[in-house]
Amino acid sequence: MRWLPRATLTRAVLARAALPLIATALLCAAAADPADRLANPRQEAHARQLFRDVRCLVCQSQSIDESDAPLAHDLRQVIRAQVADGRTDDQIKSFLVARYGQFVLLTPKASLGNAVLWAGPVLVVIAGAAALFSRRSKTPEPPGLSVEEEADVEKLSREQAS
Amino acid sequence: MIDELGQFALVLALALSLAQVGLSIAGRVRRDASLAGAGEGAALGAFIAIALGFLALIHAFVTSDFSVLNVAANSHTAKPLIYKVAGAWGSHEGSILLWCLMLTGYGAAVAASGKLPFGLKASAVATQGLLGALFIGYMVFASNPLTRLPELPVQGNSLNPLLQDPALAAHPPFLYSGYVGFSVVFSLSVAALVEGRVDPAWARWIRPWTLAAWSLLTVGITLGSFWAYYELGWGGWWAWDPVENASFMPWLLGTALLHSAAVTEKRGALASWTVLLGIGAFTLSMMGAFLVRSGVLTSVHAFAIDPRRGVLLLGILGIAAGGALALYAWRAPALKDEAAFTPVSREGALFLNNVLLAAATAVVLIGTLLPLIRAAIDGTPISVGAPYFNLTFTALLAPALIALPAGPLLAWKRGDLPAALRRLWLAAVIALAAALATFGLVTPRSLLAACGIALGGWVIFGALAEAADRVKAFRAPWREVGRRAGGLPRGAWGMTLAHIGIGVFALGASFETAWRAEATEVLRLGQSMHLAGFELRLDRVGQVFGPNFEAERAHLRVTDRAGRLICEAAPERRLYAAGGQTISGVAICPRVLDDVYVVEGDRRDAAGGPGWLIRGYWNPWVRFVFLGPLLMALGGLVSLSDRRLRFAITARARAARQPAPAPAE
Repeated sequence: MRWLPRATLTRAVLARAALPLIATALLCAAAADPADRLANPRQEAHARQLFRDVRCLVCQSQSIDESDAPLAHDLRQVIRAQVADGRTDDQIKSFLVARYGQFVLLTPKASLGNAVLWAGPVLVVIAGAAALFSRRSKTPEPPGLSVEEEADVEKLSREQAS
Repeated sequence: MIDELGQFALVLALALSLAQVGLSIAGRVRRDASLAGAGEGAALGAFIAIALGFLALIHAFVTSDFSVLNVAANSHTAKPLIYKVAGAWGSHEGSILLWCLMLTGYGAAVAASGKLPFGLKASAVATQGLLGALFIGYMVFASNPLTRLPELPVQGNSLNPLLQDPALAAHPPFLYSGYVGFSVVFSLSVAALVEGRVDPAWARWIRPWTLAAWSLLTVGITLGSFWAYYELGWGGWWAWDPVENASFMPWLLGTALLHSAAVTEKRGALASWTVLLGIGAFTLSMMGAFLVRSGVLTSVHAFAIDPRRGVLLLGILGIAAGGALALYAWRAPALKDEAAFTPVSREGALFLNNVLLAAATAVVLIGTLLPLIRAAIDGTPISVGAPYFNLTFTALLAPALIALPAGPLLAWKRGDLPAALRRLWLAAVIALAAALATFGLVTPRSLLAACGIALGGWVIFGALAEAADRVKAFRAPWREVGRRAGGLPRGAWGMTLAHIGIGVFALGASFETAWRAEATEVLRLGQSMHLAGFELRLDRVGQVFGPNFEAERAHLRVTDRAGRLICEAAPERRLYAAGGQTISGVAICPRVLDDVYVVEGDRRDAAGGPGWLIRGYWNPWVRFVFLGPLLMALGGLVSLSDRRLRFAITARARAARQPAPAPAE
């Protein structure tokens, strides 16, 4: 890159972040490095569970379970040490949030500002159900064919179409 | 010289797109067929001009013309030819050109289709031209792929080696043809609002475009996911990454559109909702392009590097989507939408599908955008990651899959649910048996995965039961069954295939997620490690040279419990000198449904001699994860070949044989 003018360099950097699905970094899933593991396999498994919910702050969109970044490694070691000390998940998460803010947790905690995350989809479903049933009461059913007649018509028209 | 001609062609395409808008609108207002015909000619001309510009860019890449900024930043003389060609759409500028190529291509296809009524067609061609003008204008003025450099560099910067991969070379064309395919539905929806008429005929006209766009998008997303699986060395296939979400949202809404359009086509109901989905699918495509291309999501800071582009793309999104939605708010209340149906009916089932898919789209949309919104409003950055999406998405998808098999068995208007369920008893028994067997036999036990297996089996065998019911299998003589199977419309077979596909995906996703195994060890030569019933022994480590990289390659013997050789895995770590990146080349030992997946990590020298960090994954049933979506796409293609849609193609071919109207000056 050294031979390219500066503005070009910026563009080249931009172009790298371009293609869809590129956001995951190169050599990931470094969490399982045998040199770092806790001796107790249950504690290690528990720590891995926690890693998946902690964001690698310097990566694009990865948990520290996947990232190879030095910061992710440091965070893993901090969490492992706390797990080995027998601290609870809540204590560990509060510690991380106090240090790095809400951004560090991949599952946002329930709060008023985040309520839309859970309420949004529920509202869509409720609105849909309301639309379906209001439509039914609004439009009186026309005296139509019986189910058997309907099936016959369907059968006839299908045979005609084929 | 060729670059300048290409540059000229791009500007010409902009002019032709503007002419396409003006002529089509004038033709529509004056009801003048020759004016509207000239607009169609301009649409064809714009496509040809963009294609010429695209060829010029490919030429620049193939000949390594580093006087072109885009080539210098993204290519290298030592790069294999296929990646030189693919490099043409590997950068921001090139991908926008590809987008414009697709957009004008679809515009030309609409212009050439001979089936649409005059007013609707002219309005649709005008809308398509407006979209074309917006994006081509952006490309020419703010993101020009053929800009020259003042000083000529001796060597190029090369394409990110992760992108030098066959699946990823094919990924953008598929993805974009899917994204942009929805532009036709968007244009036809806007045109329908302008004309004030949405009827079953309109729903039938949007059907082939929706099917084509949806199938291509399905293939594009699957290719991207497959690439992420075997190239990134993390053993997973979906990360709920914002960039993945950006491509997933239009797919979800497009799926909803396919189903609601069926209601509009068969019953004339849900007309205004179908139009809204038609606008929404392409709006989400454009939003995906904005989110990915502006860099606002992948990195919060990239937006500040070149905010102009992000703002321009946002402006285009605002004009196109805002305009269409305003038109919708104004005109949609006048649309006739009176066909009545009870909740338990085919319409009701398709409506349920739409509600759940819309809610799933809302999940992805809110989860992707909320971090941005929160950061803008109160400056508290939050993260919304995989745990949230997995939970909410599963909660919405599960009821959809439970309801799915019954839907096609219900009659229109008023269905008989008990009768439908009676025809599904065998599917229910198989699903339950599969769940019990999974829960009982596979360790460690997982109730969630057993439920997933049950759902997958229920959907697959439910779809088969429905198809069997239609052809009267086991109830009529086989000759009669064969006759009926031949007489069924292709659309019905396509639906069955696509539904089986989603079931197959559910099986694979449940099984793989629950029982994937991982093992990591530092191995010295001759040492071995265990991975879920396999043994991986490191035999030797050597050096290999590729066309534009050199690599350290490990050779591992993978054997099963009985000591039988499964395969020789050869993962490598590649160094691409041109860009200075090291990436891992994953080795995959494919079994029938499973993969043994091996990644070579860095070298660790210890007291006992040199060792290498070897990571292995066992991904059971992962084949289903990719096979399912491919079956869905295949189902879409089979539906597309339905003879009821074939008239449109013959009419288009007839129109193409007639002399094309002269392009506008």
